[in-house]
Amino acid sequence: MVHLSNEEKAAVTSLWGKVNVEETGGEALGRLLVVYPWTQRFFEHFGDLSSPSAIMGNPKVKAHGAKVLASFSEGLNHLDNLKGTFAKLSELHCDKLHVDPENFRLLGNVIVIVLAHHHGHDLTPTVQAAFQKVVAGVAHALGHKYH
Amino acid sequence: MSLTNSERAIITTIWDKISTQADVIGTETLERLFSSYPQTKTYFPHFDLHPGSPQLRAHGSKVMAALGDAVKNIDNVEVALTKLSELHAYVLRVDPVNFKLLSHCLLVTLAAHFPADLSAEVHAAWDKFLSLVSSILTEKYR
Repeated sequence: MVHLSNEEKAAVTSLWGKVNVEETGGEALGRLLVVYPWTQRFFEHFGDLSSPSAIMGNPKVKAHGAKVLASFSEGLNHLDNLKGTFAKLSELHCDKLHVDPENFRLLGNVIVIVLAHHHGHDLTPTVQAAFQKVVAGVAHALGHKYH
Repeated sequence: MSLTNSERAIITTIWDKISTQADVIGTETLERLFSSYPQTKTYFPHFDLHPGSPQLRAHGSKVMAALGDAVKNIDNVEVALTKLSELHAYVLRVDPVNFKLLSHCLLVTLAAHFPADLSAEVHAAWDKFLSLVSSILTEKYR
């Protein structure tokens, strides 16, 4: 569960309302794969990941990034029950996908950087702090069912 | 971990842009750090950490000046940061986890101030550089 004040919830909702979830998702996943190349281990079947421009332009990366962020976006509607909301996805990432939860923390921070990149004026230190709580909460929820 | 020639070029080019606003960037980075990660304030009980505080501004400038030194000596960052490395190991003893937090907040600040410049490639080079600086600053810890 993420503890956001009413002001923080309002700030998160307000900024998220301006976000193009599809594009932001593609960019965030792309940057994850560029900045932390070892994360490419999960996406060998995605085709050309040979350079930053190949990665950022890769249609599978964009599509998967959009999917991931749409799921994250749904989580924003359930900040009081992130563990419940992401329970099934947590099991999937553990049992089928075998993803180290550290990757959720990495991606969460990349999402914040992409938000700063596109909405620098709106992502004040206070708003960033609220988002850091959200991404940490989502990462924690996604790791919760690991065994 | 060492920087490629291409990464060094990216880092120095971006630094030339950043350095004109170093104080602003440094101060904002620290503000973001203390807002998002309040536990980091435990290292500054002697500071007034309110936004606009002269101590915050001075410290932000100090951090940026050190980064500037590292950039100027990008072929030999270890030597440039020797004294700071010793300071952090024997005197300040800031837990290593905090360097990642500071690096992240600097990247957020750069992305907000220089959106046109922070491509994925530049983001990667700077993340790596900050990681290198962090490991040098903590390498004498034990």
